[in-house]
Amino acid sequence: MSIEVRNITKSFGSFTAVNDVSLTVPTGELVALLGPSGSGKTSLLRIIAGLEKADRGQVLFEGEDATARDVRHRGVGFVFQHYALFRHMTVFENVAFGLRVRPRARRPAESVVRTKVTDLLKLVQLDWLADRYPSQLSGGQRQRVALARALAVEPRVLLLDEPFGSLDAKVRQELRRWLRRLHDEIRVTSVFVTHDQEEALEVSDRVVVMNQGRVEQIGTPADVFERPATPFVMGFLGNVNMFHGRVEGGRAHLGPLSVDYPEHADLSPRDAQGFARPYELDLAREEAGPGFWATLRHVNPAGAIVKLELEDGEKRLVQVEATREQFEALKPAAGERLYVTPRQVRIFVA
Amino acid sequence: MPVPDRFRKTHSVLPGFGLALGVSVLSLSLIVLLPLSTLFWKSSGLGWSGFWQAVSAPRVVASYKLTFGAALAAAIVNGVFGFIVTWVLVRYRFPGRRLVDALVDFPFALPTAVAGITLTTLYAPNGWLGEPLARLGVKAAFTPLGVTIALTFIGLPFVVRTLQPVLESLDPEVEEAAASLGASRLQTIARVVLPALFPAWLTGVALAFARALGEYGSVVFIAGNMPMKTEITPLLIITKLEQYDYAGATAIAVVTLVASFSMLLAINRLQTWSARLGAAE
Repeated sequence: MSIEVRNITKSFGSFTAVNDVSLTVPTGELVALLGPSGSGKTSLLRIIAGLEKADRGQVLFEGEDATARDVRHRGVGFVFQHYALFRHMTVFENVAFGLRVRPRARRPAESVVRTKVTDLLKLVQLDWLADRYPSQLSGGQRQRVALARALAVEPRVLLLDEPFGSLDAKVRQELRRWLRRLHDEIRVTSVFVTHDQEEALEVSDRVVVMNQGRVEQIGTPADVFERPATPFVMGFLGNVNMFHGRVEGGRAHLGPLSVDYPEHADLSPRDAQGFARPYELDLAREEAGPGFWATLRHVNPAGAIVKLELEDGEKRLVQVEATREQFEALKPAAGERLYVTPRQVRIFVA
Repeated sequence: MPVPDRFRKTHSVLPGFGLALGVSVLSLSLIVLLPLSTLFWKSSGLGWSGFWQAVSAPRVVASYKLTFGAALAAAIVNGVFGFIVTWVLVRYRFPGRRLVDALVDFPFALPTAVAGITLTTLYAPNGWLGEPLARLGVKAAFTPLGVTIALTFIGLPFVVRTLQPVLESLDPEVEEAAASLGASRLQTIARVVLPALFPAWLTGVALAFARALGEYGSVVFIAGNMPMKTEITPLLIITKLEQYDYAGATAIAVVTLVASFSMLLAINRLQTWSARLGAAE
């Protein structure tokens, strides 16, 4: 089922958490709401779920207005960051809860409940833990129980609030791959909130980047990473080197760097920011095209990628990532002066 | 010289275990165990038949009935109203909340005799509350009802203070989860909130009951102390002491003690149970 959000605004006191946000999630997609804390992503998710009321705007499910519908009748499955399992119930009873609280006319028979819960627990690979209590499970297992519980009511939409937020790094990795596979299998329209760009890029079909209550960009993971629409998206998705400066007369003067910028041929200068990712910078011992000199301060050779830290003429940090082959070919020493050439600079005019 | 393993094992990062345990055992012995064993030793002077006679006299049995009955009634009343007070204190923000919160502890702080005199003045047939009640045909002071009122007064904080931290730690997300799964508000309360609070609630009620069993000061004034009707067990003990019947007094005390102790043991079991369930987060 598709979700459409129209001009949603939500304030808490004087703080505007969500500011006039509109977006569409097509049926069967897995969409990530990505942003720093306080960007309004969780508030937006809770408004879609019906756990929070928007001040203005509409939420539509499959084109049908669901704004006034209570959370009980929205048909959403919600997974909380801290699991929110019922601690006095076994894993089995937790998953069965949604079926047992149905109005008598729609309540399935005990045998149906039993089959269904067992199937779901098999789906999340926890059928062997059915009789345990939540306190006896690990974090990753609890989150899978929470997911099975949400799926038990056959939601038309699955909403996940930082589902891997309180798990340790290794379990996170496993669980997000598992979630991706699960989604490919059951294909229920899903929205998950995260502040981890790697997670968003790895798991989702599309990413919604949010900042200060607004949507900065919506696109596929490749889109937002390769073609960021705003300086914020550029900076939020991965490491960047930023150069402040201005554009005038068809050129951009960005700190130590001067490059052609035909998009602004006007002679009146405007402030601009240039961005280059660490792996988009080449190092050499001679001048080679538009670039600048910098001094190598530190090398971190651990890993497949060698990370280098340099300082330009004004003591600003420049981060460079080189492949092992590039590094071995150059063999630079700390303290050496090197010429830095960006293969690509993304310029945002203010 | 190698240290035997037996001693090494008990070595902990926190120093002073031996000393702390020693002090604990000594102080518990002096303050709790010694007086208790004296009690048993004193009452044993009666012999079995004498003991049985002392504790099963009709006047004594009537006092057990009143004490246990009124304590139970008071604990149940506190269970209901204490729950509501706790719910309001934890879940709502309103002006004067802190004042109400402090008021709950009042029965702890007030000397019990003061509470007793105040309650008697209020509920006496010519008191502020006693007079309208009398017009309705209800006699409060100097009846078992009066005893129950006094025991309710002193028991309230036990229920509230036991329940409060547990309700505070109950994540509102759990209720949201229930709602998102289609549960109505009533189903959420009945199936999610109350079961999670039940062990703590039961502990609070049991504590209030145990406290009420031994209460003396606040009850004697409002009870009126009519033999066979409104005499509580602690009063009988005092009466026997005043008649220099030490053995008889201690015999009744032993009965009360065994009852209280079984209650406390049960409470302890409840607390372990509730702690195990509470470890979920």
